[in-house]
Amino acid sequence: MDGTKVDVKKSGDSLSKVPNKKRKTGPWRDVWQRLKKNKMAMFGLVVIGLLVFAALFAEQIAPYGFDDQNLQDRLLSPNSQYLLGTDNFGRDIFSRIIFGARISLQVGFIAVGISAIVGGAFGAIAGYYGGKLDNFIMRVMDVLLAIPGILLAISIVAALGPGLVNVMIAVGIGSVPQYARIVRASILSIRDQEFVEAARAVGANDFRIIMKHIIPNSLAPIIVQATLGVASAILSAAGLSFIGLGIQPPTPEWGAMLSTGRDYLRDHWHVATFPGLAIMITIFGLNLLGDGLRDALDPRLKN
Amino acid sequence: MHKYIFKRIIMLIPVILGVSFIVFTLMYLTPGDPARIMLGESAPEEDVIRLQEEMGLNDPFLVQYGRYVRDAVVYQDLGRSYTSNRPVFTEIITRFPATFKLAATGVAVAIAVGIPTGIISATKQYSLFDSVSMVAALIGVSMPNFWQGLMMILLFSVNLGWFPSSGYNTVSHMILPAITIGTSSAAIITRMTRSSMLEVIRQDYIRTARAKGQNETIITLKHALKNALIPVVTVIGLQFGYLLGGAVLTESIFSIPGVGRLMVDSIKSRDFPVVQGGVLFIAITFTIVNLFVDILYAFLDPRIKSQYQ
Repeated sequence: MDGTKVDVKKSGDSLSKVPNKKRKTGPWRDVWQRLKKNKMAMFGLVVIGLLVFAALFAEQIAPYGFDDQNLQDRLLSPNSQYLLGTDNFGRDIFSRIIFGARISLQVGFIAVGISAIVGGAFGAIAGYYGGKLDNFIMRVMDVLLAIPGILLAISIVAALGPGLVNVMIAVGIGSVPQYARIVRASILSIRDQEFVEAARAVGANDFRIIMKHIIPNSLAPIIVQATLGVASAILSAAGLSFIGLGIQPPTPEWGAMLSTGRDYLRDHWHVATFPGLAIMITIFGLNLLGDGLRDALDPRLKN
Repeated sequence: MHKYIFKRIIMLIPVILGVSFIVFTLMYLTPGDPARIMLGESAPEEDVIRLQEEMGLNDPFLVQYGRYVRDAVVYQDLGRSYTSNRPVFTEIITRFPATFKLAATGVAVAIAVGIPTGIISATKQYSLFDSVSMVAALIGVSMPNFWQGLMMILLFSVNLGWFPSSGYNTVSHMILPAITIGTSSAAIITRMTRSSMLEVIRQDYIRTARAKGQNETIITLKHALKNALIPVVTVIGLQFGYLLGGAVLTESIFSIPGVGRLMVDSIKSRDFPVVQGGVLFIAITFTIVNLFVDILYAFLDPRIKSQYQ
């Protein structure tokens, strides 16, 4: 980003004056400018920022540890000492939600990382080489798509056993086909363009062409999909934990906390209510950001 | 058109085989010895070994898979449940109606809410109604449906006492589950209807209809909606398939004895044949629903239909 300070000050109209050598930062700054104007997207960004902050500094923010049991204070309603009340072991729900942000964001980002890398690689290979290999890879993806995501995740978890890492893998594998399709489609539209041909002409090998020229040019749809993907990964993981097949207690996972709260629903509403709200706010923020990114990355699509 | 449908049905076969392979492999990799599970922890070792031999558990993986496919295709036999000893197919098919009913009522709720909201939002773009319903739709897709279900039980069953919190036999039993499972679909259908309507409304033939003095309501409901609904129908079909598979959580919350709950229970009791059969069954249903949607799409949109004649 060096050398762009002057342009930032002048903001808006400076983009047209950016000389050729700054082209590399141009498009992304353009996207950021558009995103900044979208209030909903910025709200989403702030929500996600706060959550990331909470996750990183959970020890400092949370008034109690996630596993501190105060058995004399079991199932207390929200009060000044326990902001969101306590659960059946007298653990502070607010603290557990803060620590839970760490778990959920981890699951979301790593699961999406798995599906984007694996799916992206398959999609890149299929799109770039075409022919029989393409056909084979995409038919396998069709098969994976034929199993509804949550069901596939459930069967994978059944095979691997419950637990944090296995949930990430299970949820990640479920959305591999989506990334494969997106990357393949953008590669098909880029593969035959002149700059790729030029790269090949100067002797770049396939790997370099894919990594240096094709992937950066197909990033936009991947970023949008990944943002929304983190949201659905968090939802799936929480769902798995809710039915007892995901992350196990005492880990403060939001879905697992909800599952506990369910047993006390009739008399202690707060135990189930707040973890669910936390999930909803997270997903809401990610969806806002994802929608905003889609509009900012491709203004033509905006309605 | 027949050729197209025929071709699509033929294409189902490799997909279903692929699904069965994946599911079989997953269950094969699952730790735990089926013979031991069937006989219980206290059974003598020689009985377990004899049963392993009988069930062919010592055969190579591909032989076992081949046998599974042969039994499924030739005898419609997906094996027997380890716990109830009843045929897996019977176990699934007796529970399928509940799942189907849940998904169907969920989609009905989603259509009833989504399409009118989407139409009004599009015709009054940027109005208060539009903004509110778009935010509501975003909340709808962001809300975990298992949490929404619990909150509705809390409000409508526990506090207000309007609806029962579990069961599925009567209309009042179905209201909360249908809303729970249908909310995110309603949101998706709303957004799809809105954006599709907005696209159609801008087209020339709509301007022509307006220019000749056609009544605005008729333009919206007759001229525009007809074309705008084509992509919406696809989304509805996909949602239906998706809800069939995603009914697991809703069934668990409202104690509905459907396929989803059967599978969760079976995973917990390590009843692999049932899990295997259940995933296979839902995946096949899902694929058939999708195929049906594609064919319907071709019928609704003559431009697509003409490609196959």
